[in-house]
Amino acid sequence: MTQSVVVQVGQCGNQVGCRFWDLALREHAAVNKKGIYDEALSSFFRNVDTRSGDTGPDIYRGKICSLKARALLIDMEEGVVNEILQGPLRDVFDSKQLITDVSGSGNNWAVGHKIYGCQYRENIVEKLRKTAEHCDCLQCFFIIHSMGGGTGSGLGTFVLNLLEEEFPEVYRFVTSVYPSGEDDVITSPYNSVLAMKELNEHADCVLPIENESLFEIVNKIHQMINSGKLGSTVKQNSLVTSSAGSAKTLPEKPFDAMNNIVANLLLNLTSSARFEGSLNMDLNEISMNLVPFPRLHYLVSSLTPLYTLADVNVPSRRLDQMFSDAFSRDHQLIRADPKHSLYLACALLVRGNVQVSDLRRNIERLKPSLHFVSWNQEGWKTGLCSVPPVGHSHSLLALANNTCVKPTFIELKDRFMKLYKKKAHLHHYLQIDGMEQSCFSEAVSSLSDLIEEYNELDATKGGPRIDASRLKIAV
Amino acid sequence: MSIVTVQLGQCGNQIGHELFSALCRDSRGTHGLCSNNENQSYQDSCKERFFCEEESAVPAARAVLVDMEPKVISQALSMAASSGHWRYSSHSHFCQKQGSGNNWANGYCVHGPRHKEAIMELVQREAERCDRLGGFLTIMSMAGGTGSGLGAFVTQCLRDAFPTSFILNHVIWPYGTGEVIVQNYNSVLTLSHLYHSSDALLVHENDVIHKICAQLLNIKQISFRDVNQVIAHQLGSVFQPAHLPCAVSLSDMSSCGFLLSGDLLESLVPHPEFRMLGLRNIPQMAESSLPYSTFSWPGLLRQMLIANAQMEEGIDWQVRPPQAGSCIPCTNKALHFNTSIANLLILRGKDVHSVELGSFQDPSLYTSWLNPQDAFTAWKTPRAFNKYEKSAALVSNSQFLLKPLDSIVGKAWNMFASKAYLHQYTKFGIQEEDFLDCFTTLEQVISSYTNL
Repeated sequence: MTQSVVVQVGQCGNQVGCRFWDLALREHAAVNKKGIYDEALSSFFRNVDTRSGDTGPDIYRGKICSLKARALLIDMEEGVVNEILQGPLRDVFDSKQLITDVSGSGNNWAVGHKIYGCQYRENIVEKLRKTAEHCDCLQCFFIIHSMGGGTGSGLGTFVLNLLEEEFPEVYRFVTSVYPSGEDDVITSPYNSVLAMKELNEHADCVLPIENESLFEIVNKIHQMINSGKLGSTVKQNSLVTSSAGSAKTLPEKPFDAMNNIVANLLLNLTSSARFEGSLNMDLNEISMNLVPFPRLHYLVSSLTPLYTLADVNVPSRRLDQMFSDAFSRDHQLIRADPKHSLYLACALLVRGNVQVSDLRRNIERLKPSLHFVSWNQEGWKTGLCSVPPVGHSHSLLALANNTCVKPTFIELKDRFMKLYKKKAHLHHYLQIDGMEQSCFSEAVSSLSDLIEEYNELDATKGGPRIDASRLKIAV
Repeated sequence: MSIVTVQLGQCGNQIGHELFSALCRDSRGTHGLCSNNENQSYQDSCKERFFCEEESAVPAARAVLVDMEPKVISQALSMAASSGHWRYSSHSHFCQKQGSGNNWANGYCVHGPRHKEAIMELVQREAERCDRLGGFLTIMSMAGGTGSGLGAFVTQCLRDAFPTSFILNHVIWPYGTGEVIVQNYNSVLTLSHLYHSSDALLVHENDVIHKICAQLLNIKQISFRDVNQVIAHQLGSVFQPAHLPCAVSLSDMSSCGFLLSGDLLESLVPHPEFRMLGLRNIPQMAESSLPYSTFSWPGLLRQMLIANAQMEEGIDWQVRPPQAGSCIPCTNKALHFNTSIANLLILRGKDVHSVELGSFQDPSLYTSWLNPQDAFTAWKTPRAFNKYEKSAALVSNSQFLLKPLDSIVGKAWNMFASKAYLHQYTKFGIQEEDFLDCFTTLEQVISSYTNL
């Protein structure tokens, strides 16, 4: 079995990361009744003998002694990380896995990337090496960060670069929170576009997330509960936004519900690698099947169902509803409508008591309403994992490589250009050592190229299907 | 004569486990109306072919389990052990930590050479445990990365290490509407490579088996376990012992029909260009209906003949008692038969010796350059298989796979023309020219089968 390491950078990255570890523990606790340290746990956790302090040896089998997350927490301010270390999760993190500073990055990508990057490079590499050494077979790095700020965006993408240099064989999956239009950080378009260039060039897969979508999902659930119709019968711990049953006992912070959704995304993404099933889907398979061309590696994700009703009897209509919802606009984690754009590839990872015939039936049913690119008309990657998430009998994660990401990128570019044309705030960046105007022009050029690639694909949508003529064999 | 089975990848290991379970269950099950002696020889023969008797009494399957990640193999090992009737040897498996990522190139170019020694050593050990090694059966899917890529590599290694033994590749064709997006690339690469090193490819298509589960077995929520059990049943019906036409008893081993024998494979695969074999098995019905059904040979065989022709929606699969006064049709042109190169029919159960098989030797079924007498073989045994009072299995080398093959090659070519996903393969060592070679090989195969 393989291991994965989570690198959480910046305020957003660490807050989401914190939720991830909490829910991961909850999930494993629900499945692992005997308290034995098994392969599934080892994918994200080390088992450490802490009798000799935090630096005790790893225990590879037998009873769980002390679980330590395979994580690196990086922030240039201390607030968030300190809070984590004083909270209920403090024992899950090794004191050596932290890199913090005091003054923050001032919402400036250049400060994060160039200044702190340079300053902490060796420290980061050393800590990464240490975490890698504790892994038997390291398969993937998960980076969690936001795009709009300074640390997550700048230092986060610096780490991405580092990972490619130091660990070229290990996959790099990046969960990026994109700023919304009304973002209160004025320079977020600059930070995002500068970060995008790095994502284009160095990430294997990017899962873009938009706060607005998360917010709408949270609202939807609140309405559902408060409307009274279903409220009383919804299983609390099944809510995709819920922390119920986890270690966290403090009152929920405002972003917790939204961050739980992202945490659940990561849990579902890795479920088939951790638990058994009749059709396994590992992380390297996701990258292989969903990335037809190296730069087109942006995957739109959706999680269904958002909650489970408490009644145990689950008719198959509800199962089919889960599949339909996965393709609806409301369930996507960015503001996008995959149904009306072009699919390059689609992956469905089902968890729980679902069989191949249910999967097939729903694919057949939904296929006609979706547009697939001409050379990938039956482009489905499917996985069946037997273990459902906490509180559910089954769930579905849909990952789509779809041109519906294009509007997000176009908007980002527009907001960037608005500032850039007037050279607003540019001096904050250019005064940083290593930053030049060309960094900006290259970054926006990289983004434009990406948008153009999506445009070209979109142009083929709806056109006649022309099959390439086959090789002729002399008879 | 014994066979060593090599189970490759998730699919190969899941099916392999079901196969050994089915063989064991049938062997220990009711023997219908054959004599006790017959039954004893049947059981002994089955045991020697597929299992190794050890002092600890529970027979060990003659199998090597290979996968690039550990979950499936450990499941297979523990499920076999808990059955109480058979098991896998404790040191016959090889696995790694990280799978092949559905990447044929990764399986073939990276994992293959890297693990060749370890895998071949396991195979050698298993082979040495056989008194007489007949050959090898590999079980794999062609859609993924390990079964397909590593499987193709291992097949080549088997061919190099055991030049005189027979290699039968049991290949699973994925669902048309995808389990893996790059399945068509992986399939094209697998089939073209296997064509060069294997003796014959025995094919099962997921779509077809799925239909059997849905329409014949009436399973509501079909799982991969159900699919795999049907496949295991079909394989069992072909691998279990049966008489050659001239044999008197099963104890005469040399005259015992066996799919993995040189003679048989030679007659089923008379020409190297035509290596693909398909399987039909009748009847298939839910176990609960079995006690209430009776079959007659003419009825079964009429279905078999029609089934041999085409496997399309319109054909009625229900086994019904023959209408009074009906007879087997003697000309079949109206039914648009797939032309055959060779057919092997295996009949098991009650009254086998009185069955009329003339219609299977109708010249119109076969291609013109073959004599129907040579192209058709029938084996029989009174020993019932897997609780079916009468059952028939047909192994056929014919045009039946032409359409699916053409479809796979077409889709793969379309994708190749747009260069999608190629960087994933070139990263591990398969270049565009390699793809072109494979396409050429398969277009040749398609052309040959079309012109039968």
